[in-house]
Amino acid sequence: MSAVVKIEDIHKIYESGEVPVHAVRGVSLEIHQQEFVALMGASGSGKSTLMNLLGCLDRPTRGSYLLDGVDISRLDKNELADIRNKKLGFVFQGFNLLARTTAVENVELPCLYGKQRMSAKAMRERAMHCLEIVGLSNRADHMPNQLSGGQQQRVAIARALVNEPQLLLADEPTGNLDSKTSIEVMGVFQKLNDQGITIVMVTHELDVAHYCKRYLILRDGVVVRDEATLDRSIANVELAKLKQAETAAKLLGAGSTAA
Amino acid sequence: MRFFITLRMALRALRRNTMRSILTALGIIIGVAAVIAMVSIGNGAKAQVQAAIASLGDNLVLVGPGNQLQGGGVRGGAGAATTLLPTDAEAIKASFIDSAEGKDNSVAAVSPLVVARGQILANGLNWATNIFGVSPDYPLIRSWRVAEGVFFEDAEVASSAKVAVVGKTVVDNLFPDSEPASVIGQSIRVYGQGGGGGGGGGGSGGTPFRIIGIMASKGYNANQDQDDVIFIPYTSHMKRISRRIFVAQIFVQAKTEELIEKVKTDVTDLLTQRHNGTVDFTVQDQADITAARTASTDAMTYLLGAIAGVSLLVGGIGIMNIMLVSVTERTREIGIRMALGAHGSDVLTQFLIEAIALSSLGGLVGVALGIGGSVMLGNYKHWPVEPSTTAMVIAVGFSAAVGVFFGYYPARKAAQLDPIEALRYE
Repeated sequence: MSAVVKIEDIHKIYESGEVPVHAVRGVSLEIHQQEFVALMGASGSGKSTLMNLLGCLDRPTRGSYLLDGVDISRLDKNELADIRNKKLGFVFQGFNLLARTTAVENVELPCLYGKQRMSAKAMRERAMHCLEIVGLSNRADHMPNQLSGGQQQRVAIARALVNEPQLLLADEPTGNLDSKTSIEVMGVFQKLNDQGITIVMVTHELDVAHYCKRYLILRDGVVVRDEATLDRSIANVELAKLKQAETAAKLLGAGSTAA
Repeated sequence: MRFFITLRMALRALRRNTMRSILTALGIIIGVAAVIAMVSIGNGAKAQVQAAIASLGDNLVLVGPGNQLQGGGVRGGAGAATTLLPTDAEAIKASFIDSAEGKDNSVAAVSPLVVARGQILANGLNWATNIFGVSPDYPLIRSWRVAEGVFFEDAEVASSAKVAVVGKTVVDNLFPDSEPASVIGQSIRVYGQGGGGGGGGGGSGGTPFRIIGIMASKGYNANQDQDDVIFIPYTSHMKRISRRIFVAQIFVQAKTEELIEKVKTDVTDLLTQRHNGTVDFTVQDQADITAARTASTDAMTYLLGAIAGVSLLVGGIGIMNIMLVSVTERTREIGIRMALGAHGSDVLTQFLIEAIALSSLGGLVGVALGIGGSVMLGNYKHWPVEPSTTAMVIAVGFSAAVGVFFGYYPARKAAQLDPIEALRYE
């Protein structure tokens, strides 16, 4: 398997304050195709900084980063933007959909900034296809505020997929969702991963991390743990369990009122 | 392609905030409408003055009394002096018309003008009107046809004959029921005012004149009824009505447009000589008069235009203000767009287009409102309005420029945002 991400001894130092902050202190990492990695750590551990570096939103102070064979550390702002557009998909904690813009238009957004020209029709088709993947093709014309949190996050996932990225980056994608919706969203990720998409996800919830195949724990800017997930959770199974529990609770509740 | 997409996004963003967009553009709308309306009204006034002067006649050179009081140290304004004699007019005629004697041949017609208000009695009715004392050349100069009867001739001038050619309004008021033809030959009594017609007052006063012609209707000019007038020989006017020895003006018509300058010089030289070397008169052609008369309307137009321009500037500041608010408010949106691959230049273009769209749409609406407003005002107040294409083009262009100028700073601010910071912005 080829490495989608290859990081070697990467450092990030913020010089803006009075004291320079050494947020990432020498991380080396390889992520291969079809991996599903959870990036964990307490706040201040450097996981957000690492995520920004992986997402080409920021450049490392030191070290090299090869994304799909391209050396990122030498690119300028616009080239980074093109890389983000072409090779990366972003899913955020706060969904970050454009307000008062329909779901399908939100999904089209990355196509607008693509380097190759695309007809409006092709764009619409591709966006609809991605909405279908996340099971929301029937909500294409809804505005974000007409959608539930889980649906909004699925629109965001569709948007991340629309340019067929090499790597999907999710920053606490379930942070704003209740546990059942979280499982549903993780189910979407697992399905995509099964279809061959590489995913890196930042989370601080252990049970969410259990849906991944591999997990990394960061502390003080270095990776302290890098292991495969044992007894991995499967979203479909967990949902079935949850449904069962709900039914049982309902039956119990019905029984008690009847008595 | 990319530009059109950005354009569409910008317009969509404006539509999303319709109310705010309209209010923002309102500054520009009012500014442009004000500019257009002011310039239209100013142009209309100017055109009216020009038309009035042009209608005096073709290739006209007007000799008027100067501002120099004879021998005096105190100078009045133009026309304060009464220095032009009827003989001056005769001298011009003698010097520049009679080509048979081998003289200069540059002048087509000459007529002095003496003006007075007066009361006319006829047919048991009376009417106050303007009494013009002129020479037989006057209808030629003004291209004014005699509709009925004839105009008086040199012989009648020489004999100070008591004959009159009347305007249509005078006929309508004194002989309301008569056929025009039957008015010829009727007698009228003319009482001059200020000049003391016949020693003034009483049934025995007034000078009897015989109507020998009726002028064709010339209509209104600059809100004045040109037909409310009677013409008599200037000699009769000076001897019998106004009792003046000076004339108000001398109309000189050059043969061709090219000869106007020559005629001006020649007339000036001749009259200077006749007036013993003092230039106590003015010689102007229509262009001179137009320039003098329109100078004030021009100044007014520029002044009003400048005030309106200031309001355009204020509108631009309003746009800048709203765009700055908009950039702050949409920081997150900018962050999302950048994370998804938008370049700084894409964001810059988007916000710049929003500003330009606001200002130039405002400009177009302003032009429509300005024209509509000035035409309405013109109809209501009976002012002549003349919308200026130049002003429209300049106003719309200027408002677009205002959009670029005041939109650039906020747009650049947006383009320079750091995507990480922008995404984190609450």
